[in-house]
This record gives sequence, C-alpha cells and structure tokens, in this order.
Amino acid sequence: MVEQDAIIKTLDLNCFYDELQVLRNINLEIYRNEILGIIGPANSGKTTFLRALNRLNSLNINYRQQGVIRFEGQDATQIPDSVLRRKIGIIFAMPQVLPITIYENVAYGPRVHGVKDGQRIDALVMESLQKAYLWDEVKDRLQTSATKLSGGQQQRLCIARTLAVEPDVILYDEPCSGLDPISTARVEDAMQQLSQQYTQILVTNNTKQAARVSHRTAFFLMGELVEVDNTQVLYTNPSDKRTDDYLTGKFG
Amino acid sequence: MNRKWTETVIEAAIRLSGFLLIAFVFLIFLFLLKDSLSLFRVYPFFDFIAGTKWLPISEPPSFGIVPLVMGSFMVTAGAIAICVPIGVAAALYIAEIAPGFLKTILKSLIEVLASIPSVVLGFIGIVWLGPFVKNLFHLRTGMCGLTGVFLLAFMALPTIITISEDALASVPRMYKEAAYGLGATKWQALWRIVLPAASSGIMAAIMLGIGRVIGETMVVMMVTGNAPVIPTSLLQPLRTLTATIAGEMGEAVSGSDHYYALFAVGLVLFIITFILNFTAERFLRRTRR
Repeated sequence: MVEQDAIIKTLDLNCFYDELQVLRNINLEIYRNEILGIIGPANSGKTTFLRALNRLNSLNINYRQQGVIRFEGQDATQIPDSVLRRKIGIIFAMPQVLPITIYENVAYGPRVHGVKDGQRIDALVMESLQKAYLWDEVKDRLQTSATKLSGGQQQRLCIARTLAVEPDVILYDEPCSGLDPISTARVEDAMQQLSQQYTQILVTNNTKQAARVSHRTAFFLMGELVEVDNTQVLYTNPSDKRTDDYLTGKFG
Repeated sequence: MNRKWTETVIEAAIRLSGFLLIAFVFLIFLFLLKDSLSLFRVYPFFDFIAGTKWLPISEPPSFGIVPLVMGSFMVTAGAIAICVPIGVAAALYIAEIAPGFLKTILKSLIEVLASIPSVVLGFIGIVWLGPFVKNLFHLRTGMCGLTGVFLLAFMALPTIITISEDALASVPRMYKEAAYGLGATKWQALWRIVLPAASSGIMAAIMLGIGRVIGETMVVMMVTGNAPVIPTSLLQPLRTLTATIAGEMGEAVSGSDHYYALFAVGLVLFIITFILNFTAERFLRRTRR
C-alpha cells in the first residue's frame, strides 16, 4: 500500500499573510501513492499548506513563504507554475465547474497544455470521466452544461478535469463539505480507486472521513504539525495529548 | 392601524412612480405614431421607408429616409468597430491586470470622460479633428463621416468600458482559480474562461454603446457635414437621423408634411433604440442568472 518513497517533502516551511504567520516549521514527507489525510480545527493552516504545494497561494499578493518544498527531489521553486500545477492538481471545497459543457470542462486542461489532436482529447475525456466514476452518468449528455449536474457529480467532474491533465498528485481541499452523505461516499470511492496510480492529500474538517479514507493522517493545530502517523495508530493511540483531545472532541 | 395606513400610502406612491414611467414611454410612442400617421395619409409609407432622396423643401417634396438611415448606420458601424476592441481591452486591463491604485485612477478618469458635454467634443471636432482628417486623406472638407466616427467612438468608450468592467469583475474568482489549478497561464485563463464567462455582459455593454452612438445628435450635426445623400464612403459628408430632426425642426412649418415627416424619422429612431435597449437588457439578464 504505502511505499516509503517521498514524492513531496517540505523542509521548515513557514507561511505568512502580511505579518500573520499561519504555518510554522512544517516538516512533512508525502509518500508516493498514499492518501494522506490532514485534519485539524479551523484556522490551523491546513488549506494554506495544501495551496502552498501547488503555489496557488502566490496568487495572493500578501502571501510570503520561507523554507523549501521538494517535488520529486527537485526544489519546487525551480519548476514553472504551469508545470507544477499540472503535476499537482487541486480539488476545491465547492465544486468549481466552469460554465461550459461537461466535455469542455474536462478538455480544457489538456487544451491549455497544448493538446490539439481531437481524438486524443476525446480519449482523455472518456478515460478521465471513467476514473472519476462519472462516465456512466454523463456519457449521453457530454454536450450539456456542466452547471446542470448535481453537487456530487460536479465534484467528480472536477476530479475528472484534474485527472485529464495527467497529474502525479491530487490535493483535495475539504472536497465533501458541500455534499450529502451519498455523494460523499461516491467521491470517497473514487479516491480509493485512484490511490493505485496517484498520490492524494485530503484536507478535511471531518475526522471520520480522514479515518475512512486516508492511509496516514497528519494533525495540524494553530499552524503547527502536531503529529503524523498511520491513520490507525493516530486514531487509536496518538502520541500527543492534543491529538487525543481533538479526536475525542474536547476542543475544535 | 396608523402604521398600516402609512405602509399603504408609501406602497401606492412607489407603484404610481413605476407605472408613470411605463406611461411616459407609451405616451411618447403614441405621440410619435399619431404625428407620423398624419404624414402617411398624404405620403406613401413605402416611399418614406425605401425612398432614396431626402428633399423636404423641393417641389414636390421627397421624404425618403434611406440616406439618413445609411448615414446613421455607417457612422455607428464605424464607431463601434473602433470603440469595441479598445473598450473591451481597456476593461480587461482595469478588471484583471491594473494594480489597485491605477485601477482607481483609471475608473475615475473614465467617469470624467463620460461627463464631457457632447457640444465640447463637437467643438474639438470642428477646430482640430476635422482639419486633421482633411489633411490626412487630402479631402475637400474634414466635415465627413470619419470625423464623426472618431468622436462617437470616443463618446461610447466610457459606457462600454464601465459596463464590461463590471461584467468582468463579477466573474466568480473560483473560475480563475480552477483554471490556474489546472496549470493555465494568466492569459489562457483570461481568454478562455473569464472573457467567455463575461460575454453576455460585454454584449450588453456593446448594445448600450450602440444605443449611445445612434442617439447622439450634437456631435454628428457639428462635424459630419450634413449632406443628406446616400454615402458611399466614410470620407464623404453625410447626415444621420438625429441630425436631420435637430437641424430641420426649427425651419419646418408646424403642421406641414415636412413637420410630420420629421416625427416619422423620430419614430424610426425610437424603434431602433428601443430594440437595442431591449436586446441589451436580455443579455444583462442572462449574466445575472
């Protein structure tokens, strides 16, 4: 299941918005093909950590960062934005489908990366939708507007769209916070299947979801990484008292 | 009890204002229609709408509006061809690229631009732009369609920029983030996502810009040369629907055929702008949905 081979590594990562420090000295390794859950109360820096990995934070002009992020052993700052963000895809909390057809939503990514061959795009669209467990539901209406899909379908469409640019890592920023339990289960199923091929990082407010899906779980609190361990160990026998308090609902 | 009574009065007053507005539009239309019909009793409708000569004071007079419609159409098309690309590009710059302080300065400058009285622009057209166009193309006179085109494009710019900018700024930020998240560059995100998402608002801006240009009177009267002939080129003097009404209303004898013909021209103009505004409203509603 988990190979001990780090695809992403952060070394003393510190993140700031203006003078406010939101992450402190984060040292975390993310292994190839694992699902890493990140849990913690609101404002503990989980989302900032996720968005630091594919540099979406830098869209905010007040953002500053110190420390090193290594991706495949290479200093991530040496990789151009568009390449890094293709290899490290992200799924947002609210499904962000674009106001175009289902087909075009998935085809958009390959197109911006210069794929012009129509058959290749057709194949990518079909393959990506199948991997995201959406193909059967939408194959007859690829040319209808994506905004007409249900919330859960939209979120899986976003996953398919990310898969279409052939990433190595997929980041999920509370992907099920707006979904009903059945849609949530579908998204989680899709994640389980994808872990054959992809490294996935799941930020969630729902500790039960992390317990269900992730192989390892990291606990963030007030910008610090409190501990990270195999999910089973972290949930049943955490080494830090704060983790135990959070999981048993004493705060947060 | 007293409170309920106040509510009723206020509601009635508001409702009255609303209906009054509808009544005004309707009454203007009725008046134009009534006076136009007085013309069509003595002058055939077909000769009016398809006639190629506008000679209101010759004997017998001829009230063909084709030269005027063509004049309006050519000037409008020319102005739109210039101001739409510039206006949309400027809106893109302000909404997406300009840093904060520049954005504020540009937006207030555009307001200033919008508030320049058209007679001042006409004046600039006569003393500066007209001679410039004349020398540039070696014409006999600079008072021609092209001079009007430049000034009208300038006048429509603020409308197009402000409304397009609003449309672009209201594109949800998440669309852009989604595009960036897939590795799109800034330009790819703008061109393939932001611009299409704002397209109906931009279309509405263009429609309102056209409405502004086609209804403009003072500038075209001052700089386009006022020759009611069918224009074959923008370098010729021409005359628009609006300039005809403004220029001839003073000399037309009240109650004469000429007088009623001008009302009929007004009716045509009213219908054109009504259709434009109606279309623009449709586009705007689609944006909001």
